[in-house]
Amino acid sequence: MAPKQKTRNPELIPGVRKVSRSKMYHKRGLWAIKAKNGGKFPVHAKQEAAAVVEEKKPKFYPADDIKKPLSNKRKPKPTKLRASVTPGTVLIILTGRFKGKRVVFLKQLTSGLLLITGPYKVNGVPLRRVNQAYVIGTSTKVDISGVDVSKFDDKYFGKQVEKKKKKGETEFFEADKQEKNTLPAEKKDDQKAVDAPLLKALESVPDLKAYLGARFSLKAGMKPHELVF
Amino acid sequence: MPFKRFVEIGRVALVNYGEDYGKLVVIVDVIDQNRALVDSPDMVRSQMNFKRLSLTDIKIDIKRVPKKKVLVAAMEAADVKGKWEKSSWGRKLIVQKRRASLNDFDRFKLMIAKIKKAGVVRQELAKLKKETAS
Repeated sequence: MAPKQKTRNPELIPGVRKVSRSKMYHKRGLWAIKAKNGGKFPVHAKQEAAAVVEEKKPKFYPADDIKKPLSNKRKPKPTKLRASVTPGTVLIILTGRFKGKRVVFLKQLTSGLLLITGPYKVNGVPLRRVNQAYVIGTSTKVDISGVDVSKFDDKYFGKQVEKKKKKGETEFFEADKQEKNTLPAEKKDDQKAVDAPLLKALESVPDLKAYLGARFSLKAGMKPHELVF
Repeated sequence: MPFKRFVEIGRVALVNYGEDYGKLVVIVDVIDQNRALVDSPDMVRSQMNFKRLSLTDIKIDIKRVPKKKVLVAAMEAADVKGKWEKSSWGRKLIVQKRRASLNDFDRFKLMIAKIKKAGVVRQELAKLKKETAS
């Protein structure tokens, strides 16, 4: 970064500067610029005024004044992550069907939700989104440098929109039952692709796989506000 | 049951209340019936109520209100830190601190280790029982 600009004329007290007007003229070297340009100050050639386009008068003026809402240019940012939650951290999920499970955090999605994975083989938690508020960040970190998570975003996890069916009564029940239950093979492959390097990283630390396979629970005598996670 | 730990110059005490909780300090002078002047290598010499101090067995040899350098030298000579960490009270505090600082993963590993140890003990006990029974 460039160093801060030196002020040629510091303010001694509010309203009083150090160097006088004539001295400043000399300091800025305006005399040298003038001398280079033969006694006169160099001037840019005047720009041609842009041709004014005649705006056509509107044919229709509305009868009432409609109020326009104020413009809002705010762009929402993804939630600020707690310092304890960094990619590769083991998180403890607190709510939902996977409550108590210890899970690996992969990255934060643009919606602010956290992308996590069990890994699936270890504790049955698939690639999933989770809110930072329902999670405890532990201080245990896993090496996720070998994992490629660039293809996952919020759209990947959105509900699949089904094409509207024509109202045939008998077909209605059978067709519905068959389509909904299976997970597409593509998602299963994605899970395997993400988990493979993770599992290797887990093997390198003793007991880490068993740790992720176990659920967290409060036992007698554990005080959450005194526990170090 | 006579008293064994006295408030005297050179008595090492543990602070049990306040900002300096958990520190070992040396009583360097007695101010009045309730307060003492205490000092320690890592704190400014200050007054403390006796109620904030728990006396220990350790005593060092100093004169009334020694200079900081003299105090530090006397503490080194008497090996206060070493004696404290070997004493059962000192060891207990170290264990408590270690347990409190355990990470969630550490607690899991500890649980596994306890289960393994209990398993081994139970196996040996079963063996011994079989021997005495037979």
